[in-house]
Amino acid sequence: MEMPTPNPRILALKSRLVQRLREVLPHDAVIDDEMQTRVYECDALTAYKCPPLCAVLPSSTEEVSAVLKICHQEGVPVVPRGSGTSLAGGALPTADSVILGVARLNDVIETDYDNRFIKVQTGRTNLSVTGAVESDGFFYAPDPSSQLACAIAGNIAMNSGGAHCLKYGVTTNNLLGVTMVTMDGTVIEIGGAHMDSAGYDWLGLICGSEGQLGVVTEATLRILPKPEGARPVLIGYKSAEIAGACVSDIIKAGVLPVAIEYMDRKVIEVVESYAKAGYPDCEALLIVEVEGSPAEIDEQLGLIKQIAAKHDPVELREAKDAEEAGRIWLGRKSAFGAMGQINDYMCLDGTIPVSSLPYVLRRIGELSEEFGLEVGNVFHAGDGNMHPLILFDANKPGDLETSEEMGAEILKLCVEVGGCLTGEHGVGIEKRDLMNVQFAPGDLEIQMRVKDVFDPAWLLNPAKVFPLESSASRRMQADAAA
Amino acid sequence: MIEPTTEQEIAQAVRDAAGPLSIRGGGTRGMAPASGEVFSLARVSGISLYEPGALTIVAGAGTPMSEIDAALQSEGQMLPFEPMDHRVLLGTSGEPTIGGVVGANVSGPRRLRAGGCRDSLIGVRFVDGRGEVLKNGGRVMKNVTGYDLVKLMSGSYGTLGVLSEVSFKLLPKPDATGVLTLTGLPLADGIAAMSAALGSPYEVTGAAMTPAKGDAESIVRLRLEGFESSVSYRGEQLKKTLAQFGTADFALGGEDDWRAVRDVEAFASKTCVWRLAIKASDVPAMLEDGIWPKFPCDALLDWGGGLVWIGCDDAELGKIAQDPVAAGALLHTHLQDHMKTIGGHATLLKAPDALKVRVPVFQPEAAPLAALANGLRTQFDPRGILNPGVMG
Repeated sequence: MEMPTPNPRILALKSRLVQRLREVLPHDAVIDDEMQTRVYECDALTAYKCPPLCAVLPSSTEEVSAVLKICHQEGVPVVPRGSGTSLAGGALPTADSVILGVARLNDVIETDYDNRFIKVQTGRTNLSVTGAVESDGFFYAPDPSSQLACAIAGNIAMNSGGAHCLKYGVTTNNLLGVTMVTMDGTVIEIGGAHMDSAGYDWLGLICGSEGQLGVVTEATLRILPKPEGARPVLIGYKSAEIAGACVSDIIKAGVLPVAIEYMDRKVIEVVESYAKAGYPDCEALLIVEVEGSPAEIDEQLGLIKQIAAKHDPVELREAKDAEEAGRIWLGRKSAFGAMGQINDYMCLDGTIPVSSLPYVLRRIGELSEEFGLEVGNVFHAGDGNMHPLILFDANKPGDLETSEEMGAEILKLCVEVGGCLTGEHGVGIEKRDLMNVQFAPGDLEIQMRVKDVFDPAWLLNPAKVFPLESSASRRMQADAAA
Repeated sequence: MIEPTTEQEIAQAVRDAAGPLSIRGGGTRGMAPASGEVFSLARVSGISLYEPGALTIVAGAGTPMSEIDAALQSEGQMLPFEPMDHRVLLGTSGEPTIGGVVGANVSGPRRLRAGGCRDSLIGVRFVDGRGEVLKNGGRVMKNVTGYDLVKLMSGSYGTLGVLSEVSFKLLPKPDATGVLTLTGLPLADGIAAMSAALGSPYEVTGAAMTPAKGDAESIVRLRLEGFESSVSYRGEQLKKTLAQFGTADFALGGEDDWRAVRDVEAFASKTCVWRLAIKASDVPAMLEDGIWPKFPCDALLDWGGGLVWIGCDDAELGKIAQDPVAAGALLHTHLQDHMKTIGGHATLLKAPDALKVRVPVFQPEAAPLAALANGLRTQFDPRGILNPGVMG
């Protein structure tokens, strides 16, 4: 993955910039020591690393504004960072950029159960938002796998999803308001405790813009009452085709599960040896979870079991209590960790129309043969959000490149069947150069024009999302003007 | 009138346009500006893809809502957000279109549970003011590839582009509906009851209130949907949860009542109607301390109080000021000023043209946002020909 050559003008600015930043921030909130800036050299896409010029850790919206004003005046790129859990390189710095970390912005500002919202600073982790309200019977719905660590700021930047979004939606469907600072330091308030903000759908536009339009410092989030209960059923099938048909029939029957998760043989075998969840020996495994009172759960699971039985399952196991439910989820929840134990892997997240599932899985199998790299499939089947895990050996020369080439082929396949490159991880640098596969030049140009409006100098997270050659003239013109 | 039949014809017509265009679908929602050449999308019509097993539909922007509803009905599915039909309230005629729903981001009572139009919209194709055909999103439910212009287009009232095609995710239509009603509650108690219901695990999909007026008692309606046994179970549970607010009645059915709530049918005879998005708990003070002592008018609450409709008929306007337009302007200014103070927004949805041209129909935005909005319009429509003046 190529990154732009660092700008020597900016590299030469370092000491003056650090001095100016220290004038507006506490001493320990500006990190310029080369040993310490390494902490920020990468996110969860660890194959790519580059320490930033310096990092800043502001504690308030005012401090964020002051930092951005200085960087704007000096013409220095800024890379916003939540908790650094991006799988797409969304928080990867360049040597001539300032990392703006929101880790110190982690307060709960307001909790309101009557109107069902919580207002937090965005450095707060996803899980601790639910943590702040769960003793009162509420939760925050989006639940990305990294929810223990990931920050709300990053969730907003990437419009993060999770296993339960089939019922509850993703971040953008649960965001009511933000305080955002644009690159020139202007503080903007959008939306609030009410539904549907005024004017253009600014919240919709900002959510998922990968930190390229502004730095979101505070967020008002919708919270929901916890369901009475939830229970899964586990269904094993002889083939991906049959599992796919079962998913489609469940959806058509009018049941809306909160989650439909899928695992293939490779993943089942690995998690079995690692987590010993007691999964059956089969080609395709579904975990379908429903919510409600015990009687409601029984009724919905009864219907799902009827449908599942018509497709001749290898195994059909209903959780009768919390312990059995835990065992069913155990393997799925440890899948990524288990795969990581046996191999390096690259995790993609293209989305496809559910109807194309069997075809896409077959083609991924063929690509696996062709490139000589094994693939495990574990994904959210209800919404078509795939997660093929390409296994490779980082120590073997050329293996990373081969896995990237194969990943690109899989993502092209997702687009070819009517899907998209990324369903919940974001573009970052990882899928940046594939954007031309999904979008015509005009489709990308209009998106870049949106960035022109918010950040005319192209200083916020500039080398992400758009193919480098597409954004080159804007990035360079901006520097010439600085 | 320009009446293209394909996306290419839309693009050509926009490129050829010499002046402002007044873009409309069925013309039932009063969105399009009065001036400018009429640009109708009625013939860019038809469902191009419907996959019930994937909960997805794709249709031309001019496709009639009746056609969409009929197709979904046949598979027991629905648009989750229950879009309002504006014809009764506005006294308009014609065929509402799916493009009009998107243009005005139209949602109904279920919005509080299932999200609004913008939440179910997953893809758009449109022609910008340069006449270029563009797309964003697609036909899959989860998509974070690039900026989300899908949501930006929803509720942009045709000012950023002419929609040619829209894609939605769907929901199964519930087997059964049930309604819990509470009567005679004071306004603050009614809102508290709705909040308690919405804060319960019983998945309330509609929460509306008609405040008391004269001899008519207030009525709170709470909707439950799903399998019949589950709806009945939750109805009984909810009765217990709300016991402190009095004895609630529960009955299966009541779909017509929700259509009336959705379409604000009770305000069909009003001369002026405003639509307010607000924090529910702010509503009692707004109405009882701020509005009613000075401005005789009626209010209807939806979304648990988060959506408030304010309506004035000629008699009520006459009590505010001699000139009905001046009266409407006074109340309008009061509402938008109040929303600016407490957070929220007020839109003038129905009014004589003389009032609509006199006041800002939409809640004015703070200066930095207004500047961004201008910037976007300049980028998407450099000649300023797409529904100019509609959103500032």
